[in-house]
Amino acid sequence: MADGASRPIRAALWPALVLIALLALAPALSIWLDDPFTVKIATRIVIFAIGAVALDLTLGYAGLVSLCQAAFFGVGGYVVGILAWHQANSEAVLAGWMGSSELALTLPLAFLVAGLFAAAVGAVSLRTGGPYFIMITLAFNQMLYYGAVALQKYGGDDGLQIINPLTLFGYDISNRYKFFYLALTMLLATVLLIDRLARSRFGVVLRAAAVNETRAIAVGVAPWPYRLVAFAITGALAGLAGALLAASQQFISPADMAWDRSGDFVVMTALGGVATVWGPIIGAAAFIFTELSLSSYMQHWQLPFGLIILAIVLLLRGGLAQLVDLARGAKKGGEAVHD
Amino acid sequence: MTLSLFLEQLLNGVQLGVMLFLMASGLTLVFGIMNFINLAHGSLYMAGAFAAAVAQQATGSFVLAIVAGVVAAALLGIVLERAILQRFYTRSHLDQVLATFAIILILNETTRMIFGPSPLRMSLPHALSGSVPILPGVPYPTYRLVVLLAGLVVAGLLYLVIMRTRMGMWVRAGASDRTTASSMGVNVPVVFSGLFGMGAALAGLAGILAAPILSVQVGMGEPVLILALVVTVLGGVGSIRGAFFAALLVGVVDTFGRVLLTPALGSMAIFVTMAIILAFRPRGMFATHG
Repeated sequence: MADGASRPIRAALWPALVLIALLALAPALSIWLDDPFTVKIATRIVIFAIGAVALDLTLGYAGLVSLCQAAFFGVGGYVVGILAWHQANSEAVLAGWMGSSELALTLPLAFLVAGLFAAAVGAVSLRTGGPYFIMITLAFNQMLYYGAVALQKYGGDDGLQIINPLTLFGYDISNRYKFFYLALTMLLATVLLIDRLARSRFGVVLRAAAVNETRAIAVGVAPWPYRLVAFAITGALAGLAGALLAASQQFISPADMAWDRSGDFVVMTALGGVATVWGPIIGAAAFIFTELSLSSYMQHWQLPFGLIILAIVLLLRGGLAQLVDLARGAKKGGEAVHD
Repeated sequence: MTLSLFLEQLLNGVQLGVMLFLMASGLTLVFGIMNFINLAHGSLYMAGAFAAAVAQQATGSFVLAIVAGVVAAALLGIVLERAILQRFYTRSHLDQVLATFAIILILNETTRMIFGPSPLRMSLPHALSGSVPILPGVPYPTYRLVVLLAGLVVAGLLYLVIMRTRMGMWVRAGASDRTTASSMGVNVPVVFSGLFGMGAALAGLAGILAAPILSVQVGMGEPVLILALVVTVLGGVGSIRGAFFAALLVGVVDTFGRVLLTPALGSMAIFVTMAIILAFRPRGMFATHG
């Protein structure tokens, strides 16, 4: 389903906005059904959608398959968790600063720190291309995973519980409806940012280099800095999503950074349809829905789950977004143009 | 660190290295020839270990267990290749990642369904369960020494097959330039199926040899797969010689990292080493492709 890069920039913004508007109804649905679980699921969908939409910048537009998304996601989660831990334990982080449980401060910090980690990982792994990039990002994911396990002070393997209440501009944010709208606002911001980037010169260069790197260089554009910036933005937004997850469940652990979670992100982004801002939202929703419904019916849900993924890859080369293309009678599939 | 501890850990490192080489050799050749990235290679490692543990429980024989494990892994590899993977050779790397990721989920869950969540044990035959002195007064487990030697012998045989036989020549020709090799009369798909089966058998063998040291459980293949991918990248994709030296390097660095630092920090050592090497040699130490 590769071929995000050759998909024309007709990938519209409005379906993504419609999806966000639909998601905004989740709290109302939750109250109507008298089922608090609904809004919890919706929050989880929104958080993973942020990570998946962000991954699309690297995966869909730049054509680089990164298996490191969960690691940056976890880095963001640990920034929120560790700063809250320091405040709860009245122990200085550095230079007398006692940490914070104020999300207006820790969310941007999570974004920044995850972005810096991604820039460092990208600086090494982008020196190589294609398949090497996949293997190296997978290795770095594993490295950061062990890094989180090594944080003995912050729970190590067991993970880190956030015991103090988190606030946003001083207001308590533990109400799950308020928190849901905070996460949804972040998803909206992510969608607008990625859409803007995809339509800009920056996005055109990324796509051009993905379709034919040699030609891109021949017309005078060195792809490396563009890819590095794209990878750093992808990582930073993953960090933001991870920070939201840590805040929503008051917990973060190395398990959230395991390499197969990175695989999950690739599945969400690719199965929804790459190089559209709405595909990954659908992908995240479908992923979490399928996971949840299968796992509540059977113990061995990963077996049908794997079969579904395999069937979609075999049959629908453009991901779920291809269904829309087919319905429109568009040219079959996002068939590969580049070789 | 005393000399005896150093020697012991060095042997452990080399032993891990030869095991990783068994995993990485199949991976690097498959990737070198078909440009195919197989994340499910670790599942073959797991399949070998499970088949051997079951065969040992049924027959009580360690030798039969090894045979059963290798055959099972090779068969599974060939079936996977014929039924599913060969459809993905001309697909994008993204599709290959998705398909093999799905296969990992399927095989792990199937194994869990059959054998349950608790790990299986594989016991050693009496002759291999003791230890031998490597220096006066420094004992070393006999089995680990046998694994090390067996790994070196298999690595040597593989090197001879690849470098000295006609089939090995086809494989190398395919790895360096698939199009030219097939226009010169090499039947690349057939060579490739055979190669895939051989890589699967070697991965299975690595799993079997590791089984008595570690425990046989679902998901045992993935950490090894990731180390084998590091070996593949560092050695230069498609290079058997590169994979051998990179495997020894990874085995030794990983072992000493875990001894000298805490286990979790030590596990990071190999990835830091990888980052440093790739910063200077992005195509690995023995790159065969331009």
